[in-house]
Amino acid sequence: MSSRFERGAWRVRRDATRTTRHALLLLTLTACERENRRFSENPPTAAPTASALVVSQLQPGPAVVEPKIEAPYDDNAWAVSEGKALFNAMNCSGCHFQGGGGIGPALMDEEWIYGSDPQQIFASIAEGRPNGMPAWKYKLGTQQIWELVSYVRSLSSLNPKGARGGRDDHMMVKPPEASTPQTKPKMASTPPGDD
Amino acid sequence: MGVASSIMGSALASCSGPQNVLDPAGPPNRSINHLFWAMLVVAAIIWAAVVVAALWAALSRRRRTREDLEPIVDVPNEEQRRHVGIVTGLVGATVVTLLIFLVYDFTVGRALAERPSRSLTIEVIGHQWWWEVHYIDPDPSKLLVDANELHIPAGEPVQVKLKSQDVIHSFWVPNIIGKRDLIPGYTSSLFLHADKPGVYRAQCAEFCGLEHAKMALPVIVHSRADFAAWLAEARSPAAEPNDSSAKEGKKVFLAGACSSCHALTGVEAYGTIGPNLTHIASRRTIAAGTLPNTRGNLGGWIVDPQSIKPGARMPSNQLAAKDLRNLIDYLETLK
Repeated sequence: MSSRFERGAWRVRRDATRTTRHALLLLTLTACERENRRFSENPPTAAPTASALVVSQLQPGPAVVEPKIEAPYDDNAWAVSEGKALFNAMNCSGCHFQGGGGIGPALMDEEWIYGSDPQQIFASIAEGRPNGMPAWKYKLGTQQIWELVSYVRSLSSLNPKGARGGRDDHMMVKPPEASTPQTKPKMASTPPGDD
Repeated sequence: MGVASSIMGSALASCSGPQNVLDPAGPPNRSINHLFWAMLVVAAIIWAAVVVAALWAALSRRRRTREDLEPIVDVPNEEQRRHVGIVTGLVGATVVTLLIFLVYDFTVGRALAERPSRSLTIEVIGHQWWWEVHYIDPDPSKLLVDANELHIPAGEPVQVKLKSQDVIHSFWVPNIIGKRDLIPGYTSSLFLHADKPGVYRAQCAEFCGLEHAKMALPVIVHSRADFAAWLAEARSPAAEPNDSSAKEGKKVFLAGACSSCHALTGVEAYGTIGPNLTHIASRRTIAAGTLPNTRGNLGGWIVDPQSIKPGARMPSNQLAAKDLRNLIDYLETLK
């Protein structure tokens, strides 16, 4: 009786081992191509038009449906890490600090003065915003700005987790983007410049 | 016969060149080379002797009888005593040979670590994937920041301090000095000592990412007088453009993306992400030894660096044809 039970248990174990082995084999195959690094964009990624500067639904006349532009690098870990490198290289940290805000607004909270959509962040970086944000479109290429957009979105976990950074190259001043809880973006309650 | 001689010829030909450990260009590397050849020759002789002995042992006819193979009482006979003597002698010879090389090796090591009290100090900072070079002067206003080319005077030791900005790189001028790692957060140092003027090629010798292979550094050894002249010239600010197209190019450089990463001494371009371009037109190569510095290569590098060196920090620049021409005109005036 016990022997039959043992045989059954052994078969279950054997099946489990086989399943695990197959699963592992499949895993090794999937690991071959996690993502493609896109070193250059040809033709260059289109920059959002002026309509992207619209940050409010309030407007005269019928509602204009704004085409939503997907951030080209939101799910690309390498591009997000390049964005992170640019964030420090271009001294974004000088005002926004490591995303916590200081001279400029915080980038890791749920409040967005000019919107959290990719094209809105692109417009904020490229065109600049009142009260101190410079326009970067002459100083950075479109591809670089898109990388920055995806990094800024990763600061409040708005992009897929797999693409967010797991650690810093230097001393950690905050939890890595990969373990930041996702926020629900909302418009800022205070207008810019009032705080 | 012809084949053999051509192989010999190519083997000898590979013993010289700008990037060759077997073609020493200075005292430290020469002493390393002597050690190398001494070890190689002695090891080759020993190896040959061992091979001959092994062949002799394998091929010589057995002279033993059946009784010799199965001794009933193990009494050392004359032959066994001789064998013990031979083995002891050879073990002793091995120990003595290794000890001699140990002492020789220490002497060479000490000669390399020699620290002259006064010497020119150069800082080499590794970046992914290029070299930043600082020529230190006691007078801070004379600090010279250069990139992707190392100039040293002949006939005196030059201290090179090695740092890294990002990952571990390794500094290696095969003709002049062996490798030393550039480690983030740590300064290591070595002495370059070259005999005579010449142009050599250094290469990053520690895998540091995608473009590790395209991280080379031309090393130019000047005579002392030439070096002083070069230093004075290199400390001068960026040349002012004279013709109209170069003047327009300067505007493109300053208003566009170039100046966010590149610096020009004496001009409002302070970027430190990429190499300093104050004297770009005098450099032999661009992109850290990747391409010869020609007008065509420069244009290709500005417009599409990612197909020349994929992954490099330099982005592709979409410039209007006129702007690009003016920009290259300007860069070519930066002698």
